[in-house]
Amino acid sequence: MGTRRIREEGLRVSSTTEQTRRTAPPQRPGDRVFGGLSLGAALLILATLAGVAIFLTVQGIPGITASPEEVKYDTTFLRYVGPLVFGTLWAAALALVLAAPVAIGVALFISHYAPRRLAQPIGYVIDLLAAVPSVVYGAWGMVTLAAAIQPVYLWLEEHLGFIPLFAGPASATGRTILTAALVLAIMILPIMTAICREIFLQTPRLHEEAALALGATRWEMTRMAVFPYARSGIVSAAMLALGRALGETMAVAMVLSASGVISLNLISSTNPSTIAANIAHSFKEASGLTVNGLIATGLVLFVITFAVNFAARAIVDRRKEFSGAN
Amino acid sequence: MTTTLTRPAPSELGADLRGRRLPTWGPTTVWSLAAATAVVGLLTPVGLARGLVLAWFVAALVPAWSFVVEGRRKATDRVVTHLVASAFVLALIPLVSILVAVVGKGSSALSAEFFSYSMRNVVGEGGGIYHGIIGTLLITAAASVISVPIGLFTAIYLIEYGDDSRLASSIRFLVDVMTGIPSIVAGLFAYALFVLFFGEGVRMGVGGSVALSVLMIPVVVRSCEEMLKLVPNELREASYALGVPKWRTIAKVVLPTALAGIVTGITLAIARVIGETAPLLIIAGMTDSVNFNLFDGRMQTLPVFTYSALMNPGVPAEPSIERAWGAALVLLLIVMALNLVARLVSHFFSPQGER
Amino acid sequence: MNRKSMRTLAATAASSALLFGLAACGAGNESAEADDASDSSLSGTLNGGGASSQESAVGAWKQGFQTANPDVTVNYDPVGSGGGREQFIAGGLSFAGSDAYLEEEELTAAKERCGSDVVSVPVYVSPIAVIYNLDGVEDLQLDAATIGAIFEGKVTTWDDQAIADLNPDADLPDTKITPVHRADDSGTTKNFTDYLTAASGGTWSGGVVETWPVKGGEAADGTSGLVSAVKGGQGTIGYADASQAGDLGQVKVKVGEEFVAPTEEAAAKVLDTAEAEAGRAATDIALKIDRKTDAAGVYPVVLVSYQIACQKYEDAEEAELVKSWLTYVAGADGQKASEEAAGSAPLSESFSAKVQTAIDTIG
Repeated sequence: MGTRRIREEGLRVSSTTEQTRRTAPPQRPGDRVFGGLSLGAALLILATLAGVAIFLTVQGIPGITASPEEVKYDTTFLRYVGPLVFGTLWAAALALVLAAPVAIGVALFISHYAPRRLAQPIGYVIDLLAAVPSVVYGAWGMVTLAAAIQPVYLWLEEHLGFIPLFAGPASATGRTILTAALVLAIMILPIMTAICREIFLQTPRLHEEAALALGATRWEMTRMAVFPYARSGIVSAAMLALGRALGETMAVAMVLSASGVISLNLISSTNPSTIAANIAHSFKEASGLTVNGLIATGLVLFVITFAVNFAARAIVDRRKEFSGAN
Repeated sequence: MTTTLTRPAPSELGADLRGRRLPTWGPTTVWSLAAATAVVGLLTPVGLARGLVLAWFVAALVPAWSFVVEGRRKATDRVVTHLVASAFVLALIPLVSILVAVVGKGSSALSAEFFSYSMRNVVGEGGGIYHGIIGTLLITAAASVISVPIGLFTAIYLIEYGDDSRLASSIRFLVDVMTGIPSIVAGLFAYALFVLFFGEGVRMGVGGSVALSVLMIPVVVRSCEEMLKLVPNELREASYALGVPKWRTIAKVVLPTALAGIVTGITLAIARVIGETAPLLIIAGMTDSVNFNLFDGRMQTLPVFTYSALMNPGVPAEPSIERAWGAALVLLLIVMALNLVARLVSHFFSPQGER
Repeated sequence: MNRKSMRTLAATAASSALLFGLAACGAGNESAEADDASDSSLSGTLNGGGASSQESAVGAWKQGFQTANPDVTVNYDPVGSGGGREQFIAGGLSFAGSDAYLEEEELTAAKERCGSDVVSVPVYVSPIAVIYNLDGVEDLQLDAATIGAIFEGKVTTWDDQAIADLNPDADLPDTKITPVHRADDSGTTKNFTDYLTAASGGTWSGGVVETWPVKGGEAADGTSGLVSAVKGGQGTIGYADASQAGDLGQVKVKVGEEFVAPTEEAAAKVLDTAEAEAGRAATDIALKIDRKTDAAGVYPVVLVSYQIACQKYEDAEEAELVKSWLTYVAGADGQKASEEAAGSAPLSESFSAKVQTAIDTIG
């Protein structure tokens, strides 16, 4: 149906184009509605976020100001949340360091290395894994992974014990912060892989072919054509993954043997806890101001995410010129 | 593993230009050897773990060999190929292990009764997860109905309307922040919100959808934005040049072009939230009976079912734990079906391009 | 264009058919029951929530209660004791399950919510077993002082003199002891530390707490997490509901001069030695368990879990539901059901009668 109307619209438009900017499209009532909808959706997100922030602040502040006698954790809020903040950042950073190279590698494998017939089912399987409930990751990590990796911790303690990270004593059950970080890494792997893969696939074919035609090897082509194009996307994917790692609750709560200490030791059974896991652990039996204190730790997590994203934004300037093929 | 990792195909014609090369059968043979090592490791007392490490070293012979024959640049390329492939195998190990655990422990629970019964009045053996399937489908569907339009329109705003305006970049930033909301906080937020309207003790499925939406929207926005960004500007400009209004350009040119990616993104977002436990426990509660009404009363969902059956199995524990893994498997199957539908959608509705 | 809209149409039709197909039928086991003839006049939905320790017992009670009253649906959200009490006080739940009785402050608030006294009755008594995983050692016997020292980290190997003295016949290895405690706050931890504080004679210094007080050591989430952690390591020791211990070793605890295993019978006897907390309404049965008892055959490491309700409800039907529910739960049938499904210790007849008197005041 469309062609005739488009032609008419085109004719009408031609008289007005000179007044508008070169790239600006013609404006229509439909445009206003559509633009309004888009803006409305964006503002709704702002409202939601503001709602969450207000909720956290209003509920959290009584917890922050509560005196040690009024809450179950018997200490000031700052002392309480300090080790948790450390644990949250430590676990998420470990997870990201473990997952990011693998995710990029897998995405690259699917998009540029594996034969097409193999690549599709592999991508499919990995998408699936994003859906495994965190409870199942937790149960798997607690039973299968921890048992499988415990001998490795013993070995690390014996041979690399002089490094503070592996000082030990090695956990008897293998449920350490490194195991938790591994589980987190596995959990964020599918989401990061999937996004990276889509982005790698979108690299303009012409760029790739040009690089190859100039005699680049496949790696050189990847480095020169694919990565620059995909950089902002990779960072986004990493941020999404980091967000999940920071906020993951159930899996960490189940896997980690958490004690609420500050320790860099990766293999002992005395580990720092994370904010989210601590909320899951303490929330059920909490009442009164303790609940407010726990919600305040949620607020702290919120602020951390804020800060991490801010830092990432500052480090990577989002390069708009790679949008589109111009 | 098949290992014809050659895109673009090497042409014999250019062989002289490129200098000495490994014989075509070279890498393939070494890789087959490495695969054989891993299989031998699996079958003999050596163990799969050591077998895989050995296989890795065997496969590493390819770049070494290449360095001798082809020189540094080609060798670097092969090192990267080796690393990328090993990243893949490395990622596959835990993923396969989880799948094996879920399928292995869950498949014995599946039966006609398991799909058609609820847990009402069931203690010990028997019973099913019909109520959980209904709850999960309804709550997740409602969450998608809320999140997808909001997320997609926000992404459109960010890419097509906002450009680099301050509002757009702050929204972009805040969406990133939103990804960091812990799921339990989303649940508490939704609960607090619903208490405002319905009073204390409110439990309804749609509350779960709202909580899930809080978690889902940022994922939808983020992935849709990335996909829209990748639509070449030439297409938009061509459309404008034909005098097509902007909204029609977006609806008819930009969205269809990015459809495959958008669908993947939405599927991912659904997959991200369909397995959530904590927020649903708070606001959707749990029940043993089927409830079709999103707006009234408690609703059981599969993850909550899995969690409670796993953590408080009762005596004897086995039937309950078996049901838990069965429910996890069914959840996986649902996502698999969802993925399949998404693939079909993008296959049929995407414009046929070069990809 | 045409082909596309056809496809859209087909897809929409197919998906809506799927949805309605699902929506059309209820669960196979639910539709059948509605036809059952029953003389029960009760109907409606009863919502409770709280302690997850009670969850499997509540599962059994629900079955019994709903079978007798087919038009009733009972829901129980295992959100934890604290959450249950909080929401009960806020008026969100008809009854709460809690591993602890209401504290002064909560009691005042709860009375305000009810406009009457609170009915709080112990309905679920479960022995907490001290479980261990140590190859070649069965029938381990320990006293409270040694258990306290182990969990405090003072006794660190299995061949320690303190353990050897209590187990002259056992062949104890020099394996390191890994004590496993709950990572989450729980009523089980509270009852266990209550026992240690009262009976250990000072080797346990952590006090009576829901949150494990010692920094360090192995921590695990929930009862099943703890059990699987104990199973997963060698030389591990922990504490969990006896019913969930599976084939792990269970320590016999020294009471008086003998060693008592964590059985239902031994746990049930605890209630008879327990005293009611003073200064509370007659309907608010708050038990002070005598952890130091040396009465024969009593197992003092138990978890006592309560159900809390109001005497008065605005809605008479709700009051009727709560009353019948609690009557069933505390009665012989209910206690038998939870014994079978959750391994809890049934309330003795005399105690049950006392509880019933409190329940009768509802309405």
